[in-house]
Amino acid sequence: MEKITLASQLFQYLITGLTVGSIYAMVAIGFNIIYNVTEIINLAQGEFVVLGGLIMVFFHVAVGLPILIAFPATVIMVTLVGILLDRLAIRPIRQPSVLTLIIATIGASIVIRGIAMIIWGKDPFDLPAFSGRTPINLLGAVIQPQYVWVGGFLLVIVVLLTLFFEKTIIGKAMSACADNPDAASLVGINVKQMISLSFCLSAAIGAVAGIILTPIALMDYNRGAMLAVKGFGAVVLGGLGSFPGAILGGLVLGTIESFGAGLIHSGYKDAFALIALLAVLFIKPSGLLGSVEVTKIKKF
Amino acid sequence: MSKKFAIMAMVCLFCCGVLVAPALADSYKVGAVFSVTGRASFLGDPEKKTAELIADEINQKGGINGKKLELIIYDDEGDATKTNLAVKKLMTQDKVCVVIGPSLSGNSLAVVPLAEQYKIPLISCAASYKIVTDDAGKQRSWVFKVPQSDSMAVEAIFDHMKKKGIKKIAIISATDGFGKSGQSELVRLAPQYGLEIVADESYGPQDTDMTAQLTKIKGLTPQAIVNWSIGPPQVTVLRNYRDLGMTGIVFYQSHGFGSRKNIELAAGAAEGVYTPLGAVVTPEALPETHPQKKVTMEYTNQYTGKYREPVSTFGGHAWDALGLAVDALNAVGCDRAKIRDYLENKKGFVGQHGVFNFSPNDHNGLVWQDAFNMIVVKGGDWAMAD
Repeated sequence: MEKITLASQLFQYLITGLTVGSIYAMVAIGFNIIYNVTEIINLAQGEFVVLGGLIMVFFHVAVGLPILIAFPATVIMVTLVGILLDRLAIRPIRQPSVLTLIIATIGASIVIRGIAMIIWGKDPFDLPAFSGRTPINLLGAVIQPQYVWVGGFLLVIVVLLTLFFEKTIIGKAMSACADNPDAASLVGINVKQMISLSFCLSAAIGAVAGIILTPIALMDYNRGAMLAVKGFGAVVLGGLGSFPGAILGGLVLGTIESFGAGLIHSGYKDAFALIALLAVLFIKPSGLLGSVEVTKIKKF
Repeated sequence: MSKKFAIMAMVCLFCCGVLVAPALADSYKVGAVFSVTGRASFLGDPEKKTAELIADEINQKGGINGKKLELIIYDDEGDATKTNLAVKKLMTQDKVCVVIGPSLSGNSLAVVPLAEQYKIPLISCAASYKIVTDDAGKQRSWVFKVPQSDSMAVEAIFDHMKKKGIKKIAIISATDGFGKSGQSELVRLAPQYGLEIVADESYGPQDTDMTAQLTKIKGLTPQAIVNWSIGPPQVTVLRNYRDLGMTGIVFYQSHGFGSRKNIELAAGAAEGVYTPLGAVVTPEALPETHPQKKVTMEYTNQYTGKYREPVSTFGGHAWDALGLAVDALNAVGCDRAKIRDYLENKKGFVGQHGVFNFSPNDHNGLVWQDAFNMIVVKGGDWAMAD
């Protein structure tokens, strides 16, 4: 085996970091969509990713549907779970305070995890990679074709979301709810519907993250909590509520972890990420791209 | 009406109790505490199924010395407090002859004092050597355990490395209890086998990618890599290792790798990987002359026949624990002190995880040569390594 140069190693750390970071970023975007409309931190966000992976395994591997059908079918199924989450866990709560709603999402995440365990059992599942597993060699670093898919999907999601929020009436209505729900309902926006929609969107994005993550890292019922924690870290790092912040936060977090693990010591991998997070919060409490004015008017 | 009904129900239940009690008096009671539900249910579930399987079989064949084997199983849900209550109940109220379990090391350590206090033998199904060894290094008199210690798996791996002439190794392990325990044993025993550890990396038990750690290891060019973890990460590590083109480095997995599912999930990356495994998970790969061939094949056929799922390492521990208890009851009856003495001097018990030879200085009864076979993944299946 040929010896690997330091430059190639660094490049490999970067690639790995960006791939892992892209997944964190997708979870972070999911957090932000719901947060922006409702001010809830949806702690069941990681469960959407798990369901995305596991339902895709069911459609693609167990039933044998081709990827092009299984992919949208999975996203629709998880979106339905997102709607159910809103209807069953969030809406029925009388006199909701943000904190009780957040606690409700924790409860929901435990229920979803339990159901997933009963349906799929405790074993991990695999998906075939979208375009094979033959690694691409670039500057001495190894890139799985699936890594490219991860980056590509992140890009597509970002573009679509930007178009949605900037160009469509519904998207603008959602942004309005985020800015001021009372004023939004006064001008005739159905705030409840917008909340439902926000759960749909973030469930769909979670599902996509799960589908593209599974061929790399397998999926089992118990992955959700860890992904939610990392995604939340990315949200806080980038600034609560900011979409560019979520993406930047996710990518930075993944890259710090990867470089920390490779160059210093892997035992402190999570610590590097947390130290970076604390440092940012210390210098700029609203996060990298968050705005202080916005955080002031939010309840949470 | 409802009050009357309640009283009637209570009277009926009481009568039932009185009627049933004498019917069961002529039986040997064995208590079991397993983590059947909760976070460690992957241990407790096969353990419970195995214990029930054995008890049914014994009772169908007429019991032990003509007496029925009465198995009382409690679920500790992976919780130390519940374990303590369950074992106390078994020892004081159910008055069992011997207790098997618990499934977890932490929970076993929590009930060790009870066994000593009530003078009832306990055969643990958890791995930590501390369960049977007190702080002064002596064996606890009423406590035994059947699983191999981590150090035995490490010795099996290191011995194999020595035979292959490997000198420079890298360690990669999960940061959970299993990974950390293995890692510390690897580091402790490496000098005795003349091995140099050039990298000692770790990852979180839920991590999705270990490319960074492996890239670092690749740069340090070891001759072999040892991975110590359970669950999905041990497969992810293998895939990353293959993707990085590191297959020139010999790869060893811990004894936690013993599930065919792992070979399947690794999608070809497990080929040529070495792992030390107890006989129970690879009965088909054993040569006909192997002392455990017969018992492991029988157990596998019975278990898969009844439950339609593959045999696991952990069910094997319950088989060994209950098998030893039944053996002792058969020989000396329900006399707890005699059972203890019998177990302590038991030699040549052929179990699922090795041939047990207990002694006053060894309440585990296993040496690594008996407890582990070096297995290599060949053609997508287990094969004995040479």
